[in-house]
Amino acid sequence: MTITTSQTHDERTLLPQVRLKHWGRWVVAALIIALVLVLVWSAAGGNIDYAAIPGYLVHPVVLEGLVNTIVLALTSMAAAIVVGVVIALMRVSNNPVASVFAVFYVWLFRGLPLLVQILLWYNLALVFPQIVIGVPGTDLSIFESNTNDVMTAFFAAFLGLALSQGGYMAEIVRAGLKSVDSGQIEAAQSIGQTPMQRTFRIVLPQAMPVIIPPTGNNFIDLLKSTSLASVIGFLELVKASNNISSFNLQVMETLIAAAIWYMVLVTVASIGQRFLERAFDKRGRKQGMPARLTTGRSLSSSIFSAPFMRTKR
Amino acid sequence: MTANDVQLAEAPVLEAVRVNKSYGHHQVLKDVSLEVHPGEVVCLIGPSGAGKSTFLRTLNRLEAPDSGEIWVGGDPIGFRLDNGKLHELPERHLSAQRARTAMVFQHFNLFPHFTALQNVMEGPVRVQKRKAAVVREEAVALLNRVGLGDKVDYYPSQLSGGQRQRVAIARAVAMKPLFLLFDEPTSALDPELVGEVLDVMTALAKDGRTMLVVTHEMGFARRVADRIVFMADGIVVEDGTPGEVLDHPKEARTQQFLRRVLA
Ligand SMILES: Nc1ncnc2c1ncn2[C@@H]1O[C@H](COP(=O)(O)OP(=O)(O)OP(=O)(O)O)[C@@H](O)[C@H]1O
Ligand SMILES: [Mg+2]
Repeated sequence: MTITTSQTHDERTLLPQVRLKHWGRWVVAALIIALVLVLVWSAAGGNIDYAAIPGYLVHPVVLEGLVNTIVLALTSMAAAIVVGVVIALMRVSNNPVASVFAVFYVWLFRGLPLLVQILLWYNLALVFPQIVIGVPGTDLSIFESNTNDVMTAFFAAFLGLALSQGGYMAEIVRAGLKSVDSGQIEAAQSIGQTPMQRTFRIVLPQAMPVIIPPTGNNFIDLLKSTSLASVIGFLELVKASNNISSFNLQVMETLIAAAIWYMVLVTVASIGQRFLERAFDKRGRKQGMPARLTTGRSLSSSIFSAPFMRTKR
Repeated sequence: MTANDVQLAEAPVLEAVRVNKSYGHHQVLKDVSLEVHPGEVVCLIGPSGAGKSTFLRTLNRLEAPDSGEIWVGGDPIGFRLDNGKLHELPERHLSAQRARTAMVFQHFNLFPHFTALQNVMEGPVRVQKRKAAVVREEAVALLNRVGLGDKVDYYPSQLSGGQRQRVAIARAVAMKPLFLLFDEPTSALDPELVGEVLDVMTALAKDGRTMLVVTHEMGFARRVADRIVFMADGIVVEDGTPGEVLDHPKEARTQQFLRRVLA
């Protein structure tokens, strides 16, 4: 059927339209809601003392575990970033030995399971009872101690986390360095910047937008991996909840309290990551700001005068 | 006194002596020698692949030559002269030598995380350690001079290609270099933006700046250059005034090239 009309577009009445119903979406949504309800119902019916959980959230032992988790995560991440930058710079350096060492480092510390690394560090005293840092070939020693005094549970977990995460960070930083246009390095060289200056003023700042998102992901991963330190008796969140439940057998209740804290930490970390990403994204993309330094005054000829002047023609 | 008398009176500010460079088995530069005197504007022309960019990049040692010497303001670039021998310098010290020259790139290579003003100030403040307040005034004046007085706080991404290249020129000039190197500064620009950049370069030349310019802009070369150097296949084929090289080329290679680009 065609509608012929002599009316203009402004006069013509529009025909009613019947919208598509999307039956499929309603069915899928209903199924998902039903599934969630079933899960919640069975969880509620489980033999869990939900009323006890708020108390465990602020239990002094759990709070101590929380603080230890945060301290372990932050210190090992900070160390991992330093390790990562150093290894990445070695990797891209012109020194073949440094470059090969960097490849080897990443291969080893990214390859070994984190739990194995933590256990190896913790049990170092089995093979090296004494840690002596001295001058080779002499009796002079700068530092000397029993391995067990140094290798506390915290320090073993810190080393394991920092060194393995350092391997991942090295790859992230390397990808960031590679993302910077080689013309940027040449421009920095052409104005006489030293290798240090161009790395820290030109290359790394531009690598940041590439480095930050995966670093945030890795930090969240590391935050959760601190739970592995519980196996060597470090009092982080999991060990704390286990300590409580070993007395009262409320295993699920204390673990749920720990789980809630992990979710809080991860949420805070995600928000922080967003914040950082946006801060680094904004740089160099600001929309037309008014120039505040425009002077409009004419140029004094001395500024433009060359070291060697000449009268031309 | 003519320009030629001035040149003879002063030592060259840039001297390249039998520079060689190979990539694998491909010899890109073959015994290239060149002198540039204070205040001279030299245009380097030649077909694609002739080695013009490579040669220019050896002059501030972005590319290390396999053999040959580069002397800038009386110093051997990349080396320290001691007891009749040239000792290679670590990059830290090479940087100080590079700070006496400046380069303008085909693709501008502005620092995208810095504003126009910060781009211009970076070298004088961070490298030459000059007072920020003084440098800021000079930099603003320079940006005014290249017609960007109202864009000092803009980031490169907010500028057109021609504006970016003018900031890059200001960045180079701010170093108060002994000479300026240009590698096809207008080749990456839309045709309607070429003029504004060439105008700035012409003004620099009129001010007595020493410039070595790789270019395909024959009109600019004819108008502005004191000397034109024609390179092909890694050798300097011809070197003379614009009149000599462009109007009365002696070599068949030059004639053939000019027929093609001027056609
Ligand atoms: N880094 C490199 N590795 C290998 N070969 C290179 C490299 N840089 C340049 N070449 C080669 O050296 C030769 C000269 O290159 P160059 O860029 O100096 O030429 P050009 O005269 O500047 O040419 P154009 O006018 O196209 O810019 C070319 O054949 C090029 O392929
Ligand atoms: Mg080139």
